[in-house]
Amino acid sequence: MEYFVQQLVNGLTLGSIYGLIAIGYTMVYGIIGMINFAHGDIFMIGSFIALATFLGLMAIGITALPLVLIIVLIVAMLFTSAWGWTVERLAYRPLRGSFRLAPLITAIGMSIVLQNFVQVTQGARVKPLPPQIQGGVTLMDGFTENGPIVVQLSYMQMIIIGTTLALMIGFSLLISRTSLGRAQRACEQDRRMAALLGVNVDRTISLTFVMGAALAAVAGFMFLLLYGVIDFYIGFLAGVKAFTAAVLGGIGSLPGAMLGGLLIGLIEVMWSGYFTVEYKDVAAFSILAIVLIFMPSGLLGKPEVEKV
Amino acid sequence: MSDAALPTGFAVARVAASLRDAAVAAGLAAVLAFFFLALRTDIATGGLTITTRWFLFGTAVMLVFFGRLLLNLFFFKRGTGAERAVVAGAAVLAAGIWSAIGAAGFGAGLRSMLIGMVAAAIVVAILALVSHWRGGGAQAAGDKALKAAGMPRISILTSWLGKALFAFAVILPFFFAYFFPKQDRQYIDLAILIMTYIMLGWGLNIVVGLAGLLDLGYVAFYAVGAYSFALLAQNFGFGFWLALPLAGILAGCWGLVLGFPVLRLRGDYLAIVTLAFGEIIRVVLLNWYDFTNGPDGISGIPKPTLFGLEFKRGEGGFADFFGIAYDPIQRFIFLYYIIFCLALLTNFVTMRLRKLPVGRAWEALREDEIACRSLGINTTNTKLTAFAIGAMFGGFAGSFFATRQGFISPESFSFLESAIILAIVVLGGLGSQIGVVISSVVMIGGIELLRNIGFLKQVFGPEFEPTQYRMLIFGLAMVLIMVWKPRGLISTREPTAVLKERKRIGADMVAQGEGH
Repeated sequence: MEYFVQQLVNGLTLGSIYGLIAIGYTMVYGIIGMINFAHGDIFMIGSFIALATFLGLMAIGITALPLVLIIVLIVAMLFTSAWGWTVERLAYRPLRGSFRLAPLITAIGMSIVLQNFVQVTQGARVKPLPPQIQGGVTLMDGFTENGPIVVQLSYMQMIIIGTTLALMIGFSLLISRTSLGRAQRACEQDRRMAALLGVNVDRTISLTFVMGAALAAVAGFMFLLLYGVIDFYIGFLAGVKAFTAAVLGGIGSLPGAMLGGLLIGLIEVMWSGYFTVEYKDVAAFSILAIVLIFMPSGLLGKPEVEKV
Repeated sequence: MSDAALPTGFAVARVAASLRDAAVAAGLAAVLAFFFLALRTDIATGGLTITTRWFLFGTAVMLVFFGRLLLNLFFFKRGTGAERAVVAGAAVLAAGIWSAIGAAGFGAGLRSMLIGMVAAAIVVAILALVSHWRGGGAQAAGDKALKAAGMPRISILTSWLGKALFAFAVILPFFFAYFFPKQDRQYIDLAILIMTYIMLGWGLNIVVGLAGLLDLGYVAFYAVGAYSFALLAQNFGFGFWLALPLAGILAGCWGLVLGFPVLRLRGDYLAIVTLAFGEIIRVVLLNWYDFTNGPDGISGIPKPTLFGLEFKRGEGGFADFFGIAYDPIQRFIFLYYIIFCLALLTNFVTMRLRKLPVGRAWEALREDEIACRSLGINTTNTKLTAFAIGAMFGGFAGSFFATRQGFISPESFSFLESAIILAIVVLGGLGSQIGVVISSVVMIGGIELLRNIGFLKQVFGPEFEPTQYRMLIFGLAMVLIMVWKPRGLISTREPTAVLKERKRIGADMVAQGEGH
């Protein structure tokens, strides 16, 4: 029981990170109907920016942890947004109206570019960061046949889950209450009609990428804090899993992305906890294949009608 | 602007607009590059350290600024001759000064100033030439006419190029053995590598180029082929020639098994699911220790024989049988001819299949799936055949890879490999056979050859390693080609089946064909 609860907590933490990335996939898919394959690498870019900012702040002598965390978060979000915007502007916007696979191919190209750019400029070796936030609260004390077991909710996990919750609430408000959110929903429903009614479609799409990148940057920073190790390749696996989450929740649906993220996080952690760690990625990939084949509209998505 | 002649004079407003645009681009580049070029984190004792590289950062920002400015004046906005000259001069001067700042010491400073200025001047000259050659890019109508007239010429050119390349490929090992006796082994090895990629490219071209199914997990079939041969050889003592067809058939069966559930999916979902399957196969190979020996891989895979003759020294070997002197190069030449024949087989089968109903169905499917369905083509079966045949050739190539290396491990079959093969197909032009050859030679061979150019080492320092940038170049080329010419460099799509006259679908018609 205690073991299960601990795994549950861990799974929710990991799931929050996947959910944050998945929102980027699902929004872009909703609005222009393409899989932004490079989104996982935007997440990786975000975690590198966070790492460099963190070290930079330490180097110039700012060490008060809460302040550092907030500055790092803001800097990472801003700079990663610039990356998201640029990727859209260079690789996707010129291809609107091209054949359907063209943007997917450029997205794969962009993903390769980002990975290798980081590898060339920052080196291929992993970057370890010692744990910054320590301690936590004990939720449960128990005994098993193997000895005592403690269920702990660390402060780090609290921060991750709390930030994710706050961002989710803010984000839902943004989509449902502001004019930008309204423009986005309009573009999602009918891009041409939205343009005729005076919505600046290109700008709305760019802002969608910017928001997705900002959330991915938050996820990247959380990932850095949680695992303490990043390299240029983390975006691939995290990206595929987050995409799985988006698909599982129903692509195009924001609550779906969050739900899917939490589910994928839980499945991955439970799988590692009760079965084999080696095959945890296989579990994620299999879910992706199974969901796409048998349930392409996901849990909360609307069934898609293919327009001729 | 309808006339081709350059406007004259010097318009301050136009230059100012270009300058502003270039400044914005440079500012964006500075924001993007700051955390990656200016700062670098490294592992040191006692944790990570951060170092700054302002010169590199400045170089990148300046490159973007002047690059954008020159592109503006030469292509996008078409400045006048005087404007171009002024800006080009400024760019060359700036390059020189900046290189001088970068170099330490007076003598070195002068030298690198010269190098910088010459390099910048070359770039400007190339830009001017291209701009001139394209006639300024303003004559839309004339351009179209030129293109229409040029189309048959491109076709004749590629057919002659194909013949020439074929002839060269036939004599290639002897060419290198004769002209470069010192480095023949290295060159023939490179040729084998390029040939392997050509074969993989042709195999994937059936799936992506002809049938229009984006397969991101092609390397899975390559892995199946390699592991089939390795395991058959290890457990049952099969030789290469016996295992080769079996490996191909096994890979083809895997194509059927994986293809059956996924082929009902739409284009982009299909791509992601094939990616997932490719990764699943790799992870299974990595972790199924009893069967595949896990990350340690399988070694001691037998070499191919020529009708039972081994390429070894001494009694009973190839050299002994024919009474010639033993030379290790003989085995490389033999390997080269094996992969050459396999690649030719792939090409031959593809070209023949394109003329059969199934091949025509593939191409029709690529152009319009709904129309295909309305015409009564069984789309699932059609896709499945493309998938399985492509997989089979991947399997052949895989077992060749196993016998060439003598050692395989799951590391060789990562997603990156799929991406390289896909990049080769995309760059060559989806569906173009000769395009695959050209892009393999350029991308695999060209970058390998960059290593041997001493001049680059002088400019970039002794530890300059071009292969490090290979994937970066691949990715950039993929994006640029897709944006600039979405059907690839050789961007004609010629339907095999024609009614009365041949019509070509150029890259500019892409928006009409919704090739899923």
